[in-house]
Parts: sequence; C-alpha cells; structure tokens
Amino acid sequence: MANAIEIIEVIKRFGATTALESLSLSISDNEFFTLLGPSGCGKTTLLRMIAGFEAVSAGEIRLFGQNIANLPPDRRPVNTVFQHYALFPHMSVLDNVGFGLKMKGVDLAKRRARAGQMLEIVHLSAFADRLPAQLSGGQQQRVALARALAPEPRVLLLDEPLSALDLKLRQTMRFELKQLQKDTGITFIFVTHDQEEALTMSDRIAVMSAGRLQQVGTAREIYEAPNNRFVADFIGETNILQVEAQPISQDLTRVTLPGGSTLDLPAPPTASGQHSLSIRPERLSLDPQGSLTARLEHVVYLGTDLHLMARLADGSPLVIRMQNSARTALPNEGEEIRISIEEGAARLLAD
Amino acid sequence: MAGAGPSGKSGKDAAWAPLALPLMLPTWAVIGFFLLLPVLLMVVYSFLTKEFRGGVIWEFSLAAYDQFFISRGLFGDEPASIEWTYIGIFWRSLWQAAVATGLCLLIGFPTAWFIATRPPASRSIWLFLVTIPYWVNLLIRTVSLKFLIRDNGPLNEFLMGIGLTSGPLPLVNTNLAVQLGLFYSYLPFMVLPIYAAVERYNFALSEAAADLYASRWRTLREITLPVVKPGIIAGCLLVFIPSLGAFLAPDLLGGAKTFMIGSLIDEQFKGSQGNWPFGAAISVILMSLVLLSLLFYARAQRSQK
Repeated sequence: MANAIEIIEVIKRFGATTALESLSLSISDNEFFTLLGPSGCGKTTLLRMIAGFEAVSAGEIRLFGQNIANLPPDRRPVNTVFQHYALFPHMSVLDNVGFGLKMKGVDLAKRRARAGQMLEIVHLSAFADRLPAQLSGGQQQRVALARALAPEPRVLLLDEPLSALDLKLRQTMRFELKQLQKDTGITFIFVTHDQEEALTMSDRIAVMSAGRLQQVGTAREIYEAPNNRFVADFIGETNILQVEAQPISQDLTRVTLPGGSTLDLPAPPTASGQHSLSIRPERLSLDPQGSLTARLEHVVYLGTDLHLMARLADGSPLVIRMQNSARTALPNEGEEIRISIEEGAARLLAD
Repeated sequence: MAGAGPSGKSGKDAAWAPLALPLMLPTWAVIGFFLLLPVLLMVVYSFLTKEFRGGVIWEFSLAAYDQFFISRGLFGDEPASIEWTYIGIFWRSLWQAAVATGLCLLIGFPTAWFIATRPPASRSIWLFLVTIPYWVNLLIRTVSLKFLIRDNGPLNEFLMGIGLTSGPLPLVNTNLAVQLGLFYSYLPFMVLPIYAAVERYNFALSEAAADLYASRWRTLREITLPVVKPGIIAGCLLVFIPSLGAFLAPDLLGGAKTFMIGSLIDEQFKGSQGNWPFGAAISVILMSLVLLSLLFYARAQRSQK
C-alpha cells in the first residue's frame, strides 16, 4: 500500500519550548488513522502542520511521496474539518460546500452540482439555502464535513470534529464518519482526546504524549498490548501493580506479585528489578484458588457491570470488573477475596 | 440610559411588566425634548417667513425651498429655472465627505486590524492612543492642522528643506486641506467600529479559506471583508454623515471655493445676513437626503438576505 502521509523526523518548536520531538510516522492510503492523546500532547500541532497552518521547525512531511512541508495551506491537496467547524457565516450552506471548488476554478454549474451531491451524502439537501447560523450543531458539523470533502482531497484532516456535539449525536456521527471514510476511500486523519472515539473508528491509532509518539497500532494492539505505562493508563482502565521482575530464561520473566505469588510472563529478559505490571479489570475474576489476595473495600454498581474495588496487601488498589448477574454470589465489603488473573492478561510495562 | 427596563428572563420580566411604561418615561422625555422637538422646530421654521435681522415671522411661506431649488435671476424677474448654486454646494459636500470617508477607511482599516490582532492586554493601550487626540477641542485641533500645512508651516518648510519642492505647496484653502481636516476629525469613528468587528472575527475562517485553496487575497475578499462588513459600514456612516454637515474644517481650512453645506447653514444663522427659514430648509433637505440613503441601504441589505 502506498503511504498517503509520511512524516519524517519532524520537529516543532514554539520559541524555547519543543512541541514535537523528532516524530516519524507513516499513514497508509485509505486508512482511518487517529492521533490520540491528552490536550497539549502535540496531536493538534501535528495535524496543523500537515494542513499547513504551522510551519515545521525541521523534517519533512510527504504526501504521496511529495514533500509538502514548505507549501502554503492553499497549495496542499488536503482539507480540514475544524473543531468548531469554521463555516463561513455569510454564505449559504451550498456556497460553503462549493467554496473549495470555486477557489479551484470549477465553474458555477459544476460546483453547484458537486456541492448538491455532497449535501445529499450528509443528508442536508433540504438545507442548501440556509445560513450556517440557522443550523443545529450536528448539521453544521455535517456541512463542515461536506465542505472539506467536496474538493476531493487526497487526505482529510479532522480536528476533534465531534467534541462539540452531545453524546447521542457523537455516537451516531462515529459510525457515519467511518462509513464515509469507507465509501470515499479517502485517508482520514482524525485527532481526538477521546479514547472511545479512537477505539471504535480507527484502523490504526497513534497515542501521543508530551510531544512524542508513545505507540502506534490497531485498537486491539494498543488496548491489549500497551507499550508503556502511559498508554496502558490512558487507554481504558487498568490496574498498575508494582512487581519484582526476574528473567528466568531467554524469553520468560518471572514476576513476584504483591503477596508473594509469582507469575511467568513472556517478556524480554532485560526486564529485571522493580517494574509496572498492567492488568485490565475485566481480565480479573473472583476465584477461591486465585493467586492474588486482596481485601474488598467497595462494590460499585454500574448496571450491566459491577466494579469491585479492592486493596492488595502492599496497599495498592485493584479494580475487578465483572458482569452483573443474579447468580453471582458477592462477597461482603471488608472481606478477604482471592482473585485469579486470566492467562496472558498481565503485561510488563516500560515506564 | 435613564429608563430601559430590566434585562432578565421570563418570571422576572413578568413582575416588572407593569412598571415598564413609567420606567421608560425619562428616556422618552429626554429623546422628545432634545431630539424630536428640535427637529420638529427645524421643519416648522423652514416653512416660515424670514425676518430681516434674523429670526422668523410666523407666516407660512415656501420661500426658503424656492430659494434653494429655483432661480429667477438676480432681480427675480427672469423665467424660473433650476438654481444650481446650492445643489452644487451639496454635490461638493458629498464629494468632500466621500473622499474623507475613503481616506479614513484607507488608514482606519489597517489601523483597526493592527490593534485587533495585538495580544489582548496591549489592545486597550492602542485604542487609548487612538482616542487621545479627542481630548483636545476640535476647533483647536483644526486650527493646529492649519498651522501645520500653511505656506510657511512646518510641513512646507520640511518639504523645501529636503529639496522635494522649490516653493511652498499651496495646501490651505484647497479641497485637499478640507479633506485632510475631515479625515483627521473623524478617523477614530472609523477605527473603533472596524476594530470591534475585527476583534470578533474568527481567524479560523481565514484558515478554513486557505485550507480550501483560497489565496491570501481571495481570503480577504471572499471571507474576511464580507464578515467584518457591518463594522466597515458603521465606520463609513459615522464618518460620512458628520463630514457632510461639518463646518469647522471647511471654514478654517478651505476657502470660498470649498464652501460646504455646514458653512452654508452656519451662515444663515449668523448676524443680520442670516436667513433662518432658509438655513432650516437646507437642514431639512440634508437630513432627508441622509435618511433616504440610509433607508435605501437598509432595504438593499434586507433584500440581499
């Protein structure tokens, strides 16, 4: 597969502070790629550099092989869906959608037709003559999407486009976006701080923090096999345990859990000494033969799920998630419980 | 304002409703006494007969309007034809005001843009600097300008000093001097509304335009200017309307050839040469002209939407 975007050792400095530190990344054609991270991690800066709103301090950005890092935004065949849509308030919906084509010199009849077609795709044909201010947030969002797609960009950039919508709408829009990406075959680069959004839509996700890429992979890879403590912590909920690691063979590491029991993990033998171990709450279960012992402190009722909040012997907290079922006999709060770890669920982390 | 009702919502509004009328009274009294009454007086006076030493005789007459529009020769015995003198003065005033407005826009827009794009903390300082000249009386400022641009004033001495001109440029008593004077008098009225519009302008719109292949120039023309247009129009009106009726700048900086409506009206109320009904009539015509053009403008705006 050809690479739609290649980011090669890109650095971004704002004055004395470095927003992005030598970042390299390849995004395939026809991919739904997500940049995920907390605010201030550099994900939006990276997106704005691809769009051309920010200059790179060093490095190259290649679009289908061509370095575009020094082109102004109006000469880059990429389009952006802005966080707050940035619809032109004095133009009708149709003119907004047709604006990119107008700037490209497409004649009136053709761009009207194309804009109309785009509005049909986003189900807004009936609103073509309205002004943006006369639309709801969700409708404005779709106009912004149609406007950015109308000139048929090679790559579509989306800067937290769903963050201003309410939850219900956000969930519907996720599927619509994903579907639209499949239908158009355009590469989407999606920026968000919402891990659920990232997990449900993306082909691949890049987790960013403090101006660095932490991990790039599919949703499953990132969730199941986080590289480091930040990724494990940021994506979903997890239990982080401090363990003692000891390499016992070429590819096995023995870790000593709080309470003394041990666990053999397939990990590089470099891992020795104090380490963090991540275990997802849903991979733990109550089991009289379990290897972990903890004291149950609190049960949180979430409807479909129950969260058991427990504390290990060394004082570290542990959350166990279990399905809510009438058949489950729950221990009392304050009682000692034994917990087993699902095979392959524990993962040693680089800090 | 003296009597606007409380601004709140639903329940509170209902409680205040019976008080709305009495609370509005002071406002209406002020507007009535200081705005409506004088305008009414002006309209009435324009239809009265003139008293030779100023003042009016309470007798209905169309003489003032007749004098404005119709010429009957020097001695009043020739066949009636259109009187071009005053229409000419009106036309010149319109032109002078338009040029002054254009100058204000040319300088005011970049100024406003500059201020609005500074960091928020320093904006108020820049705005303060723009308004500083207005702490000095308009008359004094206009006289100072005359000193600056007169034949042996600093400007001409400088120009001759650096050898750009051999003799003094005749600036005083020209149209240009009047335009400069008007420009200087009303510049902040252009800067402030445009500043307010640009300050509210969402620069993401410019980014969006650039993202959609618009060059800087096209972004300015297609997006930025249309979006800040209300501010530009407000600025133009605030400069054009007072410029049209101004009499200080034309009086002090212009000569006989640059006579403007303001001076013409001013003359009608001075000394024994005055003609109050005629002055009132010119004012009514000027006001109708301004109101009509505003009305047309408002209608054009509405039909556009």
